[in-house]
Amino acid sequence: MTEPIIEFTDLRRTFVVRTKAGRLRRQKRQVHAVDGISVTIRPGEACGYIGANGAGKSTTIKMITGILVPTAGRVRTCGMEPVGNRRRLAREIGVVFGQRSQLWWDLPLRESFRILSAIHRIRADDARPRIDELVEELALGPLLDTPVRQLSLGERMRGEVAAALVHRPRLLVLDEPTIGLDMISKERLRTFLQAERAKHGTTLLLTTHDMGDIERLCDRVLVVDHGRLAYDGTLPGLAERVALQRVLVVDLPEARPPLQVADAENVGMELDGQRQRLAFSPEHTTAARVLAQVTAQIDVVDLTLEEPAIEEIVRTLYHGRASPPAHSER
Amino acid sequence: MAELSLIASYRTVLGSRIRAQASYRLSFTVETLNSILVGIVEFGEIYVLLANVPQLGGLSLGQAALVFALANMAFAIADMIFGQLDSIPQYLRMGRLESFLVRPMPLMAQMITSDIQLRRLGRALVGLVVLIIACLTIGLELTPVTLYLLIITPITGAAIYGAMFALAGGIQFFVIDGSEFTNAFVYGGGYAGQLPGSVLLLPIRVLFTFVIPATVTAYLPALLIMGLPGPELLPSRLGWFAPLFAIWAWLLAAIAWRSGVRRFTGAGG
Repeated sequence: MTEPIIEFTDLRRTFVVRTKAGRLRRQKRQVHAVDGISVTIRPGEACGYIGANGAGKSTTIKMITGILVPTAGRVRTCGMEPVGNRRRLAREIGVVFGQRSQLWWDLPLRESFRILSAIHRIRADDARPRIDELVEELALGPLLDTPVRQLSLGERMRGEVAAALVHRPRLLVLDEPTIGLDMISKERLRTFLQAERAKHGTTLLLTTHDMGDIERLCDRVLVVDHGRLAYDGTLPGLAERVALQRVLVVDLPEARPPLQVADAENVGMELDGQRQRLAFSPEHTTAARVLAQVTAQIDVVDLTLEEPAIEEIVRTLYHGRASPPAHSER
Repeated sequence: MAELSLIASYRTVLGSRIRAQASYRLSFTVETLNSILVGIVEFGEIYVLLANVPQLGGLSLGQAALVFALANMAFAIADMIFGQLDSIPQYLRMGRLESFLVRPMPLMAQMITSDIQLRRLGRALVGLVVLIIACLTIGLELTPVTLYLLIITPITGAAIYGAMFALAGGIQFFVIDGSEFTNAFVYGGGYAGQLPGSVLLLPIRVLFTFVIPATVTAYLPALLIMGLPGPELLPSRLGWFAPLFAIWAWLLAAIAWRSGVRRFTGAGG
């Protein structure tokens, strides 16, 4: 088998938090942000790294990319010890931080790509075909000459992803890449990432709060909780252990008895049935099909779709069985 | 695929930054004028002082102006190149350092090139004008030695002030929101360097020479240029060693900067 692209063995990171105790004394408290995780990721894999806020995802990413030194344990990225080889490693990996920009706010994207190629010491002639490819696939053409500060969040995010890929990294790390994006922007980004992976074999590691990202992009899911690995396997495997059900909430024009819909379960009503909640598994049906069956019975005034919350998934992982509706009724 | 040379890499990055500033023409003009004004006001301070007393620290107005001009030029150049290191706290807060750290260029080089402020040359321009006037006023004779000192002094001076910015930047990794503290000795040192070193109290004179070599940026070389001896503990011949002082300052700065970055990555000091 090929050499792993990311490998950590019993990885730990502890932070010391000082809190005030009395007038002058301060208490030291140790927080285990990452508490003994061992994972091996092979080239070409696409891994989703999920967990509640503060579960240790960002800390892990910082250790993989060489920004942070582990307290104990071993981490190797692209066959290197990350912190000591940080700048060498930087040429093999691309990193996208969803919540902070790495583009130059006052420069147009065209200029940012030029600077990034220069920083990665790629000659302009060699960089051009790659930049053209990214511009084409991420539909950045019309935006190339707009200063980054004038781009919308979705446009900027596409720019960020392109910027992280200019130097053809083997590994792309995405920290919350779809946070705050609308559905269309999310979908566009996911489609691009799938294509990029298929075409260049780029390994993907992404943290997210959006189960849609995992479903569309990842063939492996890592769930962390309180710094420990709670699950490592495929998404269907995760679905067997916890309910990854979506809930379609429909508002009706009048009170109604519980609606009956095939492949979905009525999991609750409010306002005497004027609002009803229908849970369904995305493996068995789609939101559109459930909605079509509802509209065949009655008008729908308004609707929302609830994704399974990561926090809920983690909780049910520990308690063995999923709380409301059982997942494997068929 | 042939690699881009290191020099070409830096040239592209810098060129792009400079073009970006030139493209915001109005704000560039306003800021350059502003920076010229700052230089004039600072000189005004020394002028007012000397217009009322005949001598400042044993120097006449023209002689003190020479010290001011050399220091001011050096500081303006250092500020232009390294001034960005001042804003480490903002970078820390906005989480921009992480993005810098995942790129294959040294952190300091990225910080410097991320916002090089050409407008600060306005202040150096004021220094240059004052320098020329001062040389004419005191009737300086241009020999190879004075010419050498006039050219090398702003360069070593800028190196010393630059080291002070880097030193302060490194310290800011340790002190949360420590810019007020570090400003005290970056800008304080900048101010001390513009004055004749003889007006400083003895302990301060020692601090700003042998620890933070501010008086070496202009005062001591200016004494050499004018052929004057120095005050107590500051013989003018120390001025010849300005490049050594610059190396010393950068040694201090490198230690502070490196341990600052190591602190950030949690590698321990």
